Amino acid sequence: MTHNRKLIKIATAGSVDDGKSTLIGRLLYDTKSLTTDKLEAIEKTSRQRGFDYLDFSLATDGLIAEREQGITIDVAHIYFNTAKTNFVIADTPGHVEYTRNMVTGASTSQVAIILIDARKGVIEQTNRHFFISNLLRLGHVVVAINKMDLVNYDEDVFLKIKADFEVLVEKSDFKTDQITFIPISALKGENIAKHSELMPWYVGNTLLDHLEVLEPSDLHESTVARFPIQYVTRPRTEAFHDFRGFSGKLYGGSLKVGDEVTVLPSFTESKIKTIHFFDQEYSEALPGASITITLEDEVNISRGDMLVKSSELPKSEKQISATICQVNSKPLKVGDKYTLQHGTNRVLAKVESIDSVIHTDFTGEVPASQLKLNDIGKVNFRLSKSIHFDTYHDNKSNGRFILIDEGSYDTVGIGFID
Amino acid sequence: MSNLFIPNPKEAESIHILREVAAQFERPVLLFSGGKDSITLVRLAQKAFYPARIPFPLLHIDTGHNFPETIEFRDQLVAELGLELIVRNVQDSINQGKVTEERGRYASRNTLQTTTLLDAIEEFKFDACIGGARRDEEKARAKERVFSVRDDFGQWDEKNQRPELFDMLNGRIHQGQNVRVFPISNWTELDVWEYIKTENIAIPSIYFAHKREVFFRDGMVWTANEHVYRESHEEVFEKMVRFRTVGDMTCTAAVLSDADTLEAVVAEIRDSTISERGARIDDKRSEAAMESRKKVGYF
Repeated sequence: MTHNRKLIKIATAGSVDDGKSTLIGRLLYDTKSLTTDKLEAIEKTSRQRGFDYLDFSLATDGLIAEREQGITIDVAHIYFNTAKTNFVIADTPGHVEYTRNMVTGASTSQVAIILIDARKGVIEQTNRHFFISNLLRLGHVVVAINKMDLVNYDEDVFLKIKADFEVLVEKSDFKTDQITFIPISALKGENIAKHSELMPWYVGNTLLDHLEVLEPSDLHESTVARFPIQYVTRPRTEAFHDFRGFSGKLYGGSLKVGDEVTVLPSFTESKIKTIHFFDQEYSEALPGASITITLEDEVNISRGDMLVKSSELPKSEKQISATICQVNSKPLKVGDKYTLQHGTNRVLAKVESIDSVIHTDFTGEVPASQLKLNDIGKVNFRLSKSIHFDTYHDNKSNGRFILIDEGSYDTVGIGFID
Repeated sequence: MSNLFIPNPKEAESIHILREVAAQFERPVLLFSGGKDSITLVRLAQKAFYPARIPFPLLHIDTGHNFPETIEFRDQLVAELGLELIVRNVQDSINQGKVTEERGRYASRNTLQTTTLLDAIEEFKFDACIGGARRDEEKARAKERVFSVRDDFGQWDEKNQRPELFDMLNGRIHQGQNVRVFPISNWTELDVWEYIKTENIAIPSIYFAHKREVFFRDGMVWTANEHVYRESHEEVFEKMVRFRTVGDMTCTAAVLSDADTLEAVVAEIRDSTISERGARIDDKRSEAAMESRKKVGYF
């Protein structure tokens, strides 16, 4: 893993039979990421099933149950490299109860590829996939209009679908340059790695070329620094007798030695004395770095606390409103109590009221008394202690949380603070 | 002087996970096989907790059929870094009658390890076992979580996994449950090799080309020695080989190779058209082999 190869994380979304697994298999094949033994396994199984083509979807459908049903049922991670880029694909299933899985897959991604079957055009599920991309504020969306081979590579079909989709873009927070439309045939490999001679009317990049030109720095938000403390590093050895470092991952913006910082929740002020990564010291660290920081003053800090620049304090409140995506079959109801995990901090949270369930197709919201599995809704919480947050809109890392069930300890909900 | 730290995203992610383990669990352990992935984990753990020592022990489940080079390497590493090492032996599980040695052509102690591992987890009350599995290794692994909850019997319920959102890890578990943790989930084989090269990490000598007595079966190169079942017609040759994965001798095939430096190994991996697990004899038994083993608590 060299520093000059960038890392791009992609979520793929499509309905059943949109050819998503085939697209991923094709990307692996065209980037020579399918090894001989895997390719042989695909050839063998395709033959056994009587196909006259290579069923690339076999490259990704991992679990026995899925192989039997022929559909993917969970989030699978797939990896491939080109000379310049490391790609990670979070492949999420396309059937109706997809919200939980797509939110999960997209939460670790910067880019979404939304697949549309050229024969079907923009359907209800397309709306939902785009709605979730918008909710998560992904950096870029590629709309891949697939199965162009089944509509005679007709430009009018492509243009009609593009126009329909642009109506959705207007309802979203995306800017038009964050959305790219590409006509493809995953099965035949048209406009995946090579320009399609059958679609001379399309002059844009192939899918792979387009993914290659995306820059991680453009896909990440640039905002203020947030440093949630994961772990207090105290060596208690002779060489580092008094060392007391605060370890964590830096989000949002950079931090420098000498920065005036405030420790939350105590609101104690100090200055950054040193920034460490392993046995080296640095004067400044960029967001995404897992570092250890020491302060000029002796401050009492423990896991769950957060360091911020004193000039950039977040909000501190015991009452919050959030958009919740319910990912557990047990519904969320008024009066329910959960553990709310915000960064490395955990507090107790009680559902005070539920405002509405949001239609995930940009058609508004309706009043509701509970959130069922795969519902997205507006919920108000009262917390046992203040949390120190930003809105998800202003600062992704510090504007999100998960809800943990007190009985099962399962992760049951995802919150985006409004 | 300005001195900017630009993170390596995969390394930063792994360190974040290791720190979450140390913070969220009482008795974590790092499962150490002596292979390159667990060696990489040790380096990442060093970085995560520096200048403090790694705050958990290593556990090695010794099948008794390990390459001697691996064991030698393990003991050296542990001594150098001042780590605590726990070893539990599959042979003991066999002697106690808990598992039965396999016989015949494909006999291996690989699946027997599971019992020894589960017993060790119970003995030491480990609540988090850190492993070097990667999602790119095998299809069933592609759906594994970073924190993967196992029940009292070590079983993996693939249909009922906790969703993992962003990089927020939920390590809350009930009494008797434990979590398998995979900090290098998102690394590929090439990532690991490039990291070993950049960081100049020492690895056992069997990863480099060396002369070895081998025989050929099913298109694979097998080590010829007393631990590996061989039929009389299977002829032994001396060849230049190296290993791409280092597991139990009975389930790890060699590859013919002249790559005797890290540079040569990385170049070979980059150009390779055979997957890493293609040299794992245990996976060849059936297409769903790995998934079936995982359900019953295999690492």
